[in-house]
Amino acid sequence: MRFLSLAGRRLAAALPALVIILAGLFLLLQLAPGDTVDALVAQMGGGDASMIEALRRHYALDQSTSVRLGDYLWRLIHLDLGHSAIYGKPVAEVIVDRLPATLLLMGSALALAFAAGMGLGIIAARRVNRWPDTLISTLGLIFYATPSFWFGLMGIFVFAIYLGWLPAGGFGSIGSGLTGFARVLDIAYYLILPTLTLALIFLATYLRIMRASMLEVATLDFVRTARAKGLSDNTVVVRHILRNALLPMVTLIGLQAGTMLGGSVVVESVFSLPGLGRLAYESVMQRDLNTLLGVVFVSALLVITINFIVDLLYARLDPRISSGH
Amino acid sequence: MEFLHRYKRNPAAVFGLVLLLAILVLAATAGLLYPQNPLGLAGRPLQWPLSNPDFLFGTDHVGRDIGAQIFHGARVSLFIGLIATVIAIIIGIVVGALSGYYGGLLDDMLMRVTEAFQILPSFLLLLVLVAVFGSELQTVIVAIGVVSWPAAARLTRAEFLSLRNREFVQAGRTLGLGDFSLIFREILPNALPPVIVYASVIMAVAILLESALAFLNLSDPNVPSWGNLIGGGRGVLRVQWYVSAIPGIAILLTVLAVSLVGQGLNDALNPRLKNR
Repeated sequence: MRFLSLAGRRLAAALPALVIILAGLFLLLQLAPGDTVDALVAQMGGGDASMIEALRRHYALDQSTSVRLGDYLWRLIHLDLGHSAIYGKPVAEVIVDRLPATLLLMGSALALAFAAGMGLGIIAARRVNRWPDTLISTLGLIFYATPSFWFGLMGIFVFAIYLGWLPAGGFGSIGSGLTGFARVLDIAYYLILPTLTLALIFLATYLRIMRASMLEVATLDFVRTARAKGLSDNTVVVRHILRNALLPMVTLIGLQAGTMLGGSVVVESVFSLPGLGRLAYESVMQRDLNTLLGVVFVSALLVITINFIVDLLYARLDPRISSGH
Repeated sequence: MEFLHRYKRNPAAVFGLVLLLAILVLAATAGLLYPQNPLGLAGRPLQWPLSNPDFLFGTDHVGRDIGAQIFHGARVSLFIGLIATVIAIIIGIVVGALSGYYGGLLDDMLMRVTEAFQILPSFLLLLVLVAVFGSELQTVIVAIGVVSWPAAARLTRAEFLSLRNREFVQAGRTLGLGDFSLIFREILPNALPPVIVYASVIMAVAILLESALAFLNLSDPNVPSWGNLIGGGRGVLRVQWYVSAIPGIAILLTVLAVSLVGQGLNDALNPRLKNR
């Protein structure tokens, strides 16, 4: 029950920010030169004034900005994201088509960054200020400073062109007609390089936080108690330090969800993956603002959802949080 | 003085500073070494580095000198990073200071706006801003600043919350100082150090954001940019991989230098927090 009330409170807290985002974006797009009708008329190759007038009435563009804003928010509540001019179908449909690739990429990159960051962070913390720590921390700094698109391109050169081990891009072999498990493997094979690329930058942050958090927890009293009981070093680390040191790592998932989505725009473009990020890029290039707005809206929802899950996870890991202390 | 001494004892920080100075030298000598337009045609395209003494770094896919673009690109990257960071820090300080000092309803409203910016993936917001306002250099710089301020605002707010009821502030209030001078002349100088240190993170991210934007061909095409060169080299990656590789290393070293200096400053300012 407490769980549910926490969940409800969290969602309610995210609502004002979501409304600000939507209203802000809507007003922002009012500043963009041209509206939907201009785009349509340009596509048709021109039209007479009375028809343009009729079209404006049809899309309710003759109303005042505040009326249209209300109308727009009301449509979003029904998850009606409007019509995409370049894809010729509802924006919601285009986005649903593109969502799986992005979720798959983000999920696998997150898992890799979290696991590898945790492992390397533990090693670095246990050998603090000795060579394994220096090596890992230096690598972390370099990874952090690497532009992901450049790492992706270099990965393509080494693994796809020079060694020929991995595909250079795409989301599964085209026209292979694979089904079931073979198709899963095929897609996984295509996702190796993109996942590595996206995970790399986040790996650096995770490993830094893990190292810092391990060192911090290791100075606390209960760790000294555990040591005084005569527990071995490994037992202290695994059973006492690790669980507590994981809390900041979990927080980081929520904090980085947005950055990860932003990063997938670039990574999807490098590896030509049919995902949400690439859709955002295409809609910018083609001035399809309706689609762009839809992508941003769905991304914001995604970030809120991830943060929500992180909160639940957090309460699970640390019972003190849900009891309100 | 003691601060300088602590900074000097940290080899990583010193390395970062040397690296940053080297990049500043690149930026400063760009006009001397490569007086011609770095985006103008210089010679036969796709000459390998070191194969022609005129083009030490080789030429790219259209025949522009890669060296000239690296040197002039250093200027552009540092300039964009610096100005965008200043914009982000100013917005962050104003929002955070007002929010932390006044509290109450204003704090609630400003924090909801900050949350809104934090929920939106900053690169996506950047795409929207560029799509709406165009991709001239000034627009891109302002846009990068506008998407980068929330963390600075939260940091400033936290500092203000802990400082606003200290004795020196109460003393100032008793003396009849107005809110404006209490905020900007009494509290802000004390709240500034962690925000300044954080500026290095914002600058590193700003440089990366600009390079990603340029890589996608969404930044100003009329200024030499490392990201743009990497994007251009994509088409010839199969054989002439150096066209993309060289500017990538330049970005990497610049961001590394900025991060190392920031971390060094942080360690020197808070010696007790070192190793964290």
